[in-house]
Amino acid sequence: MTATGSKNESPAKAKRPLPWPIRFYQSDVGKKYVMAITGVVGLGFIVFHMLGNLHAFEGSDQLNHYAEGLREIGEPIAPKTFLLWIGRLGLLAALAGHLHAAWALSRSNQKARGAVGYEDRNYLAANYASRTMRWTGIIILLFIVWHLADLTWGVGAINPDYVRGEVYANLIASLERWPVFLIYLTAQGALALHIWHGAWSLFQSVGINNARFNHWRRNFATALAGIVAIGYLTVPFGILFGIIH
Amino acid sequence: MDLKLRVWRQGGAAGPGGFKEYDAKGISEEASFLEMLDIVNEELTMAGEEPIAFDHDCREGICGTCGLMINGQPHGPQQGTATCQLHMRKFNNGDTIVIEPWRALAFPVIKDLVVDRSAFDRIVEAGGYISVDTGSAPDANLTPVPKEAVDAAFDAAACIGCGACVAACPNSAAQLFTAAKIGHLNLLPQGQPERLTRTAAMVDTMEEYFGSCTNHGECESACPQGISLDYIAQMNRDYLKAQLADLRRSGQK
Repeated sequence: MTATGSKNESPAKAKRPLPWPIRFYQSDVGKKYVMAITGVVGLGFIVFHMLGNLHAFEGSDQLNHYAEGLREIGEPIAPKTFLLWIGRLGLLAALAGHLHAAWALSRSNQKARGAVGYEDRNYLAANYASRTMRWTGIIILLFIVWHLADLTWGVGAINPDYVRGEVYANLIASLERWPVFLIYLTAQGALALHIWHGAWSLFQSVGINNARFNHWRRNFATALAGIVAIGYLTVPFGILFGIIH
Repeated sequence: MDLKLRVWRQGGAAGPGGFKEYDAKGISEEASFLEMLDIVNEELTMAGEEPIAFDHDCREGICGTCGLMINGQPHGPQQGTATCQLHMRKFNNGDTIVIEPWRALAFPVIKDLVVDRSAFDRIVEAGGYISVDTGSAPDANLTPVPKEAVDAAFDAAACIGCGACVAACPNSAAQLFTAAKIGHLNLLPQGQPERLTRTAAMVDTMEEYFGSCTNHGECESACPQGISLDYIAQMNRDYLKAQLADLRRSGQK
């Protein structure tokens, strides 16, 4: 197997077979499964976070009550913030898996392309969303870090008016600044594009393919991207137009 | 019609390559794309220059030997058509046509527009066959196969292995080729005994050479045989099954 153009420079050494989840993840197809499954975890979080945000329209008491309620999930059986932390760690693990698989797949793809590219390339099927997944992903990652610093950790340099527990006041204090409004707009645009391709692509990656419902996969992704973008943007626009004040 | 060609010329596998421009004058609209190159080559030979090297064999769209990147599209502007079946009537007088070889690490240029596609052979060697005992031929129709399964297997078997899917893919992935070669066997009863080992071995071999699928769909639109992305989903599913199934019990190890 010394055909020209192999991506592996040195021949593989004979090793004891690794356990199957590791072997599976070593393959690119396995990494795509991880991309898809961690993506679904992310989508679940994104939808519930968006629904939670809508409490902002009910006023200060309701939103703060909802935020406090998140800490109390599972009480009195589980201690306070216990299930919240389980969820956070799960999301963090999913994010780490998504990032590592994306990084490894990108490297593998870059390697496979070779040194010389086309002078002329006319794409027929690839669209803006599918070709910018890496960049929309990076925008979303940067947004997550900034968003946590702004409204969860309350880093003074980013949100000087932050008061822990005053979710409603913090939200308005942050979003009243127009650069913050633009950050939200950019992040939501990136998220919508990422979902529009990802929520379709994941079906292919895990082999969910059937002529009976294939045409719904694209519709599902379009609807999800639209609902998520509109749902999230109601809050910054609500503040802009003074509906939330 | 008179055309300007911008062609990738490369003396050998090691040598650096570059674009050279040629005039193709008085080309008939009825000529095929390869015939147009033949005419240009004839003139180059007469002028004592090295003719443009390009792959071709049957020239009727069934062998998969030809394959050129024409104006940024594998096999040119007409979808569902191999380069040899493309005719010059698809171009306009005065056009500049950019002609490049397939680009991928696993498809190194041998000369000019000819690339080495033997990485595809490595994938097929890994499991793109069924093991059968020799002996007298079995009766026809002894094994019942639903018509729909035959049709689906045949659609996959239509793959001519030209490499347009790899050429089209921004990741230089060979998923459509591999999925077609796996699919046409995995859909039929004769392919079942080796289904999972075949899938695992062929996918693993594919990944030694090619990139991964990001579901752009470029391969499907470039494929001269119109092979569907659906086979890639089936391959992904079978690859997972190969990881989970008790391969020892089913004799697939």
